[in-house]
Amino acid sequence: MGRVTAPAPLEIEKPETTEDLSVVPEPDVPWITLVHNDPVNLMSYVTYVFQTYFGYSKDKATKLMLDVHNKGRAVVSSGTREEMERDVQAMHGYGLWATLQQDRK
Amino acid sequence: MPGHFEPIPGGGAAVALDDVEISIIRSLAVQLLELIGPGPGGEESDDPLAELFAEGPSEPPADAVLRRLLPDAYGGPGAPDDLASQAELGAYSSEFRRFTENDLRAGKRTDALAVIRSLDALSPAGDGGAVLKLSQDESVQWMRALNDLRLAIGTRLDIVDEEDTDLLYRLPDEDPRKPMVMAYLWLGGLQETLVETLMA
Repeated sequence: MGRVTAPAPLEIEKPETTEDLSVVPEPDVPWITLVHNDPVNLMSYVTYVFQTYFGYSKDKATKLMLDVHNKGRAVVSSGTREEMERDVQAMHGYGLWATLQQDRK
Repeated sequence: MPGHFEPIPGGGAAVALDDVEISIIRSLAVQLLELIGPGPGGEESDDPLAELFAEGPSEPPADAVLRRLLPDAYGGPGAPDDLASQAELGAYSSEFRRFTENDLRAGKRTDALAVIRSLDALSPAGDGGAVLKLSQDESVQWMRALNDLRLAIGTRLDIVDEEDTDLLYRLPDEDPRKPMVMAYLWLGGLQETLVETLMA
């Protein structure tokens, strides 16, 4: 509840090699929680979870749900690795398919 | 209204269930409870401290339903798929699993148990049917348990994309999957209307 509602804008200088596929954690790069599309989870339920767990408005929760549905996944939160692990665990508790990663784009 | 939750004035939700519906939900919830279980390394212990510090498994479950209910926290679609990255992500997922899977299993068991308990507390009428009334908190537990049940059935039915769901709607009556599909769709209606009562 009352947490940051969008990935914080990145002001980090990008390395020259933009195709950096390494998954070894880099300090100072924020982490994100992704929710992936799943044909079983109901759209209303996913919206409900985004509203109640993250405290997002109905509009924002609906938009994120539609992104998951239409684009295959959406970034639902960002922060430290520990915070994102907490969010992922909570999403799994609701049966949503979530993962975390560093935001490298 | 059959198969539909309706809001109770003042909070909570209610649904009329007949004897067959009660026994189907109960039996599915019991099966889910048994499938989830305490998990490897999570057996009940007499020592509460040992239980508190017990580590969960580091490998994903072999069963497809359990893998869907207890997924990896790292990796997934869009993640780098070269071998080195996959190994790294696998190691992160293992560590996450060790520290979280027991709690996740416990939460899902609690939700499934809440469903069984509320069904067992019903006093059926002469025809075996009853009106199930849930508080707001119970509604949330039911909603999560119904979702886990649908994930379990959906995995067994091999529903991996939206088209699979469309196909299931058109199964011929003699298809052996038909009863499971009917249960899946019916649970979907229950969950959908329960979510509506919570969002109202």
